Amino acid sequence: MPEIDNNLVRIRDLHFSRGHSKIFNGIDIDIPKGKITAIMGPSGTGKTTLLKLIGGQLKPQRGTVFFHGEDIPSMKTKKLYEVRKKMGMLFQSGALLTDMSVFDNIAFPMREHTELPEVMIRDMVLMKLQAVGLRGARDLNPSQLSGGMARRVALARAIALDPEMILYDEPFTGQDPISMGALVELIRSMNDALELTSVIVSHDIHETLAIADKIYIISQGKVVGHGSPQEMNQSDSPWINQFVHGEADGPVPFHYPACSYKDDILQGV
Amino acid sequence: MFDWFAQLGKNTIEFYARLGKEILLFIQTLLAFGPVLMRPGLITQQLYSIGVRSMLIIIVSGFFVGMVLGLQGYNTLVDFGAEESLGVVVALSLVRELGPVVTALLYAGRAGSALTAEIGLMKATEQLSGLEMMAVNPVERILAPRLFAGIISMPLLAAMFSAVGIFGGYLVGVDLLGVDEGSYWSQMQAKVDYDKDIVNGVIKSFVFGIVTTWIAVYEGYKCIPTSEGVSRATTRTVVYSALVVLGLDFLLTALML
Ligand SMILES: Nc1ncnc2c1ncn2[C@@H]1O[C@H](COP(=O)(O)OP(=O)(O)O)[C@@H](O)[C@H]1O
Ligand SMILES: [Mg+2]
Repeated sequence: MPEIDNNLVRIRDLHFSRGHSKIFNGIDIDIPKGKITAIMGPSGTGKTTLLKLIGGQLKPQRGTVFFHGEDIPSMKTKKLYEVRKKMGMLFQSGALLTDMSVFDNIAFPMREHTELPEVMIRDMVLMKLQAVGLRGARDLNPSQLSGGMARRVALARAIALDPEMILYDEPFTGQDPISMGALVELIRSMNDALELTSVIVSHDIHETLAIADKIYIISQGKVVGHGSPQEMNQSDSPWINQFVHGEADGPVPFHYPACSYKDDILQGV
Repeated sequence: MFDWFAQLGKNTIEFYARLGKEILLFIQTLLAFGPVLMRPGLITQQLYSIGVRSMLIIIVSGFFVGMVLGLQGYNTLVDFGAEESLGVVVALSLVRELGPVVTALLYAGRAGSALTAEIGLMKATEQLSGLEMMAVNPVERILAPRLFAGIISMPLLAAMFSAVGIFGGYLVGVDLLGVDEGSYWSQMQAKVDYDKDIVNGVIKSFVFGIVTTWIAVYEGYKCIPTSEGVSRATTRTVVYSALVVLGLDFLLTALML
């Protein structure tokens, strides 16, 4: 089904459950080309799961995930691997290969997927490392990096093959204020300079509002609101308000589902 | 009563579904040998960490097992005045049984557990997911080279074990207890049959190589990606390998006798 609109990814009626717990209960998301789209929600709502569904690592029970108008869940493995070359994903933990240096980690996708000579790979790796400010760390091992540094190396690796889209899983968590500022800058400038499409999954409301062009808020398996950051700030929806202003009380539950507190306490008697 | 049947049915279906997936993964790994062979670098790296680094424990153990065989064998044979046959006893025990079996057990403890822990930790730290998202198939990049290297390593390690063991038996039997050197070797040459004994042992260690390496690789790949999950998977590798090796040894011995 070819798409004529400017959405790179179109998610329709997505249902996904793990065992008995429903994680997504029919969500629709559009990710416009060339923009930064943020997907927000409290932890445990399934933000990481959503990225894995977009990357085809998990298969939904129902619904479609179109990338360039092609449905990812129904792709054959070979086709899926071709499509993944156009995506970069930044994992929450970095997911660097621990048995090789920072340099080799970034060179890894180039060596796996291209026939480029080593000299050229070297130049490209140094370029990517320079972009994330870690050219001097090229000979370190992943175990010698701090969490924030590992994330930046992983970012350099995610852009190694010049993808069309980057998926960021909680890029801001665990960054100190300085590298946080630099990272926000970097994501924005990379998105614009390389004409990327970015998807940021996060619960850091301020950074995300500052950087995103479009925001989706997910709670309890549903999209509870979407729009531009301005619209989010001005919204009178209780769901959005609660999330944007970080209130514990409201429609988004802070508590994991449980029986009533009073019953639980009395049971011990 | 009805519930009980329903539950039984459900469990049976789930069991076969899981079994089917396991077999499918095994076949996929075997099919990946093709592309892996085009990149020998991946295999030599694993041959080193699986095979070469298991050599020390295999050689030392083989030496002691051989010495024990020399002692025990001599003590029994000397009662019948048959101590000249010590070489045959030592060689046959090693080549047909102890070589393949003890090597496989040691291998499961040394290399198998390390494989499970390595792959399990790669899973827990999202490295396997990361590979998939970089369009690199972990079955091809991680599982296949390790399985291949394990299958090659095991018969070689077993051969080393037997060779060193025969030498250990020689030291004890000939040098220490005074068995005639000529008969130790010549009886061995005359009585150990290539087709029946050596090939028999090689087939066993080849099968053990496939089974133990697969268990190790599979347990790592399927483990629950937490520190507890990895530690349990590592234990399972050693326990399952030991049980399967001993069970298969009986079966193979019976079949090839
Ligand atoms: N491998 C897994 N097996 C079972 N449940 C999982 C697994 N991974 C995540 N979950 C569950 O799925 C839900 C969503 O997880 P996740 O997508 O990681 O949330 P988020 O990234 O928004 O914090 C959580 O409730 C979590 O407990
Ligand atoms: Mg997450």
